[in-house]
Amino acid sequence: MNTQLKNIKFICNDSDVEINIHPGTTVLDFIRNTLRLTGTKEGCREGDCGACTILIGELINNRLIYSSANSCLLPMGHMNGKHLVTIEGLNLKKTLNPVQQAFVDEGGTQCGFCTPGFIISLTGYLLNANNYILSDAVNSLDGNICRCTGHIGIKRAVEKILQNFQYANNNETEKILLLIENNFLPEYFKNILNRLKEISLSLKEEFKATEKSKYIVSGGTDLFVQKWDDIINSDIVLINKSKEKLITEVDGKFFIMGEATVSDLINSEIIKSIFPDIKNYFNLFGSLPIRNRATVAGNIVNASPIGDITCFLLALNATVHLSNESLKRTVPLKDFFKGYKSLDKAPDELIESVSFEITSEKFLFNFEKVSRRTYLDIASVNSSVYLEILNGEIKEIHLSAGGVAPIPLYLKKTRNFLLNKKPEVDIIIDGAAILNEEISPISDARGSAEYKRLLLRQLFYAHFLKLFPEIINAEELL
Amino acid sequence: MKNYDSYQHVRGESLFLDDLTSPEGVLHAAIFSSPIAHGLIKTIDFHEALNSSGVIAILSAKDIPGENQIGGIIPDEVLLASEKVDYIGQPIALVIADSYLNAKKASNKIKINLEKLPPIFDPREAFRNNSLIIPSRTFEIGDVERAWKSCDLIIEGTADSGGQEHLYLETQAALAYPQEGNKIKIISSTQSPTAVQRTTARILAIKMNQVEVDVTRLGGGFGGKEDQATAWAVMAALGAYKMKAPVKLVLKRNDDMRMTGKRHPYSSDFKIGLTNDLKILAYEVTFYQNAGAAADLSPAILERTLFHTTNSYFIPNVKATGISCKTNLPPNTAFRGFGGPQAMFVIESAIFKAAEKLGVDPFEIQEKNLLNEGDEFPFGQRAENCNARKTWNELKRKINFEKTKVNIRNFNQENNLIKKGFALMPICFGISFTNTLMNQANALVHIYTDGSVGISTAAVEMGQGVNHKLRQVAAELFSIDLEKVSIESTNTTRSANTSPTAASSAADLNGKALENACRIILDRIITNIARELKVDDLKRLLIKKNILLLDNKPTEFTWEKLIQKTYTDRVSLSAQAYYATPGIYFNRNINKGKAFAYHVYGTAFIETALDCLRGIYKITDVKIVHDFGKSLNPVIDKGQAEGALIQGLGWMTIEEVIYDERGKLITDTLSTYKVPDLHFTPDKVEINFLEDSENPMGIFNSKAIGEPPLMYGIGGYFAIANAIKAFKQDTNIDCKAPMTPEKVLISLYSESIKQKPLKITKES
Repeated sequence: MNTQLKNIKFICNDSDVEINIHPGTTVLDFIRNTLRLTGTKEGCREGDCGACTILIGELINNRLIYSSANSCLLPMGHMNGKHLVTIEGLNLKKTLNPVQQAFVDEGGTQCGFCTPGFIISLTGYLLNANNYILSDAVNSLDGNICRCTGHIGIKRAVEKILQNFQYANNNETEKILLLIENNFLPEYFKNILNRLKEISLSLKEEFKATEKSKYIVSGGTDLFVQKWDDIINSDIVLINKSKEKLITEVDGKFFIMGEATVSDLINSEIIKSIFPDIKNYFNLFGSLPIRNRATVAGNIVNASPIGDITCFLLALNATVHLSNESLKRTVPLKDFFKGYKSLDKAPDELIESVSFEITSEKFLFNFEKVSRRTYLDIASVNSSVYLEILNGEIKEIHLSAGGVAPIPLYLKKTRNFLLNKKPEVDIIIDGAAILNEEISPISDARGSAEYKRLLLRQLFYAHFLKLFPEIINAEELL
Repeated sequence: MKNYDSYQHVRGESLFLDDLTSPEGVLHAAIFSSPIAHGLIKTIDFHEALNSSGVIAILSAKDIPGENQIGGIIPDEVLLASEKVDYIGQPIALVIADSYLNAKKASNKIKINLEKLPPIFDPREAFRNNSLIIPSRTFEIGDVERAWKSCDLIIEGTADSGGQEHLYLETQAALAYPQEGNKIKIISSTQSPTAVQRTTARILAIKMNQVEVDVTRLGGGFGGKEDQATAWAVMAALGAYKMKAPVKLVLKRNDDMRMTGKRHPYSSDFKIGLTNDLKILAYEVTFYQNAGAAADLSPAILERTLFHTTNSYFIPNVKATGISCKTNLPPNTAFRGFGGPQAMFVIESAIFKAAEKLGVDPFEIQEKNLLNEGDEFPFGQRAENCNARKTWNELKRKINFEKTKVNIRNFNQENNLIKKGFALMPICFGISFTNTLMNQANALVHIYTDGSVGISTAAVEMGQGVNHKLRQVAAELFSIDLEKVSIESTNTTRSANTSPTAASSAADLNGKALENACRIILDRIITNIARELKVDDLKRLLIKKNILLLDNKPTEFTWEKLIQKTYTDRVSLSAQAYYATPGIYFNRNINKGKAFAYHVYGTAFIETALDCLRGIYKITDVKIVHDFGKSLNPVIDKGQAEGALIQGLGWMTIEEVIYDERGKLITDTLSTYKVPDLHFTPDKVEINFLEDSENPMGIFNSKAIGEPPLMYGIGGYFAIANAIKAFKQDTNIDCKAPMTPEKVLISLYSESIKQKPLKITKES
């Protein structure tokens, strides 16, 4: 029987909470069973329905930043020093707030089970966005599933809220005051910043790995799906975000800390400057609450053959930086995967960071992903390509594909074939043939082997159709 | 006119079963279920599991005091398997422990020894093996054999539609309490409290009056909690009865997905005959329904399939045969539409194939054959107040059909990687339980001395807004504020012998019973006060907006005063009343009768954009003209239409139930079974209310709304099919739903799969 208990201090809605609890207890279970706040629902326990969505407020450089998360995948240990907001924490005493009212007016709620999650997610958007844009607001609900309304009334509600409330400001404190003034938030939000600062002074030290440690939890977005019932009976180590910069660049060499989340990647000015389409790529990754928690290192060590971040990094020919107590070493990402869910990594090694180099200023890049449902779904097949062209020829190319082998695949043979050739229809068709020999997809819930073969060929074509629209004619290719 | 539950919903204050405060000493249950699809149980060893931490007891079939039987229509389903298992996930034992996790952990320690038997998963194979739930049934009109001779074109083919997981957001759940006198109280997340009550009595060998079932609300049902909430409620009751302690059973999502049935997959053969001027003369169809391992509601669902063989069309010669095939899958069950959608998919497939052959657009055949007033359905009923053509024409006008057609054609000429496709989808859906006896309801109304009103009926609130509609009925009849009316939980001690909340009929049946109850009390109130005011002609008295009027002039009697007065005069302020749908009957010997109180009509236009490179699509635009009757509540009704539409589109496109070769569900999580999300939802959805529609058979002239709009989703399949054909004219559309992105891509590139990538055009 496990006895790992930790002292955790945080604010839940308007109340200070201090408790000794196993740090791997999910926030969902704690708020429902211990605090008896039952507005947060359990729908799936895998971050795929959003009925358990909550907001986490945290101090980052003395600013109070809120983000949404799935409380079913969120360990209590990560709540230390944070502000946890549940639906009950958004309720005004006698009236509905404008988000709630719009859901009522526009038929945005039927059975009501998913509704608190939607209200929370949208409030998270209002707290976060610097200016309100309808499509962004709708996107912020991509982690919430409603089975009754078909989301039509919900979209109407979002539209109405944004019509009636427009505000542009990137100062969190002012934004919170304005949201309070307009009844979106209760009064107590005013004091959260100061209350969190006070708590942060008295926080206990972070958890450290011991010999008994069975699980290392970073974002937890996959681990809690698979192992939630075992985690709470085991000794665990929680990785907290470092205070250092998560994403840095030195002379064309880019470093991403292992604990950087997908949201960190999408919002990084550095990443955005080299990959202007990054948001379009990774809005296809999980959902907003998942992206807010899922980490780069987690995506890699998970070793899923269809990891989107891994697919992206493989095409950048990235390097993994590993460390344990005594040793630091590096491994090329393309050599990191040894077999299905098997890694070139000792149990006590952690991924400290991932790095990649961009040597040409005029490189081309594309990411493709197809899944049964476009958003919040795991890819049937994904693929990324990095290209450098010199005198009309392919000077360098890195190509990756997921869902077509036991590991995330770096397509070495196809790369070697394409190197120093012109990106022309015939070459690409031949390249697809090589590609076809390099993969070994299996049939599963995400598609038949035959489909995945065909799909990867299409995505391979899509790379070139997108990157060389002048040279490559779709009709000839297809 | 907003759903009054909404206020609580948006604040997270509505209490679902798992939100209720647990009673002192509550125990938790987990289920041990069959790991194989078909076999004999040789031995079970509970020893290690019983020693597991926190375990109180493990209950199996031998612990059942009464009859181990939960079958509703046919007694062919045990609560807990003891000798034979018929599907993966079939419950065998109930582990009861101090916490769910301890119960679950212990259930993993149960050892079972099974002798495998060969399983069957395919309905046609089951049919060949004579593995049937009931003997086949045939509905017939005219003479198809003779009619074929008059046809200019006859097409034969096959159409298959897949299963569908309900994915109600709240999983199956129940909480049972032992009561004094050997009684038991169950709070259940069920659409069918009476079924829970009846079955619990049977299992525990007690009388129905010893079982109280209470339902506050469901977090979605969609038919999945009509018959299949019962087993879990009864198991909780069994646990409570044996343990003499409250027992809670809440299924985890993947247990729910593995153990419960879905919408029935159907495989069907059709033969359709037309004249050159596109008139359908004859239609013959055989439906192979994949029922799963037990009858559940399959016979009734099959019957509704037969009733909806011809959708919105008049076909003079029809022969429709339904075969309910027994397979080794979880028993499939009710799901919004109840067999109707499966039938409609086949007739639409037949029309699509005929159109292909004739080189016309499917809508030309559809339009030519729409039902007219007085046309006879294959089961003998005639179309009354028929709005098939009215909604069709109105929709074509609304979307400027000719122009839309040209725009889409032009778009397709100009774009080679994105193609658009559209389809029109008319629907005609019969309202009434086809088992005539179920069309009855009762309502109990109390007016309390402060003037507030409490209402109990059989209707279960599951998001469809029935509580609010009932509240409206009472408030309107009494002419008082909505706020004075409260809908109580659905409870078997207040509403006895009730039909499930199903068949889209809860508002109709319970609303009419409620109307009767309200009128009884109203009559007493008015008669009493007339005596006081010495008014002979009762018609001179009227309550309007909380005030009693005499000759249209206000009196001193406010509603509250009037109620006080009635009470003081010792006149009853409570009434119980009853309603049975008049005029319906059905003779199962000849399969003829007037099975439905009325039909609901409508037509949808559905447009899609297909990415022909990647094989992914988006339903971009849906416009509907729907016959709501005189809508009781447009916000609620529109919401029902929208939600049903998207659920229907999901069934036809991305929702795919997949079992592996051992009969194990592989789409048993939300990460593998994908339902429509916010991005799936079309950017433009427009629901238009058909004007001037009256329906005397519905409450306050309204029409049932729950199920019919789901079937608009079928148009999504054919819209995508048309987009595929715009890219590749000669594609064979195989009429197998769902139209997943996989299916689409393979259709687009069927012949190149094997050749192109393997062929090296230049040596390198």
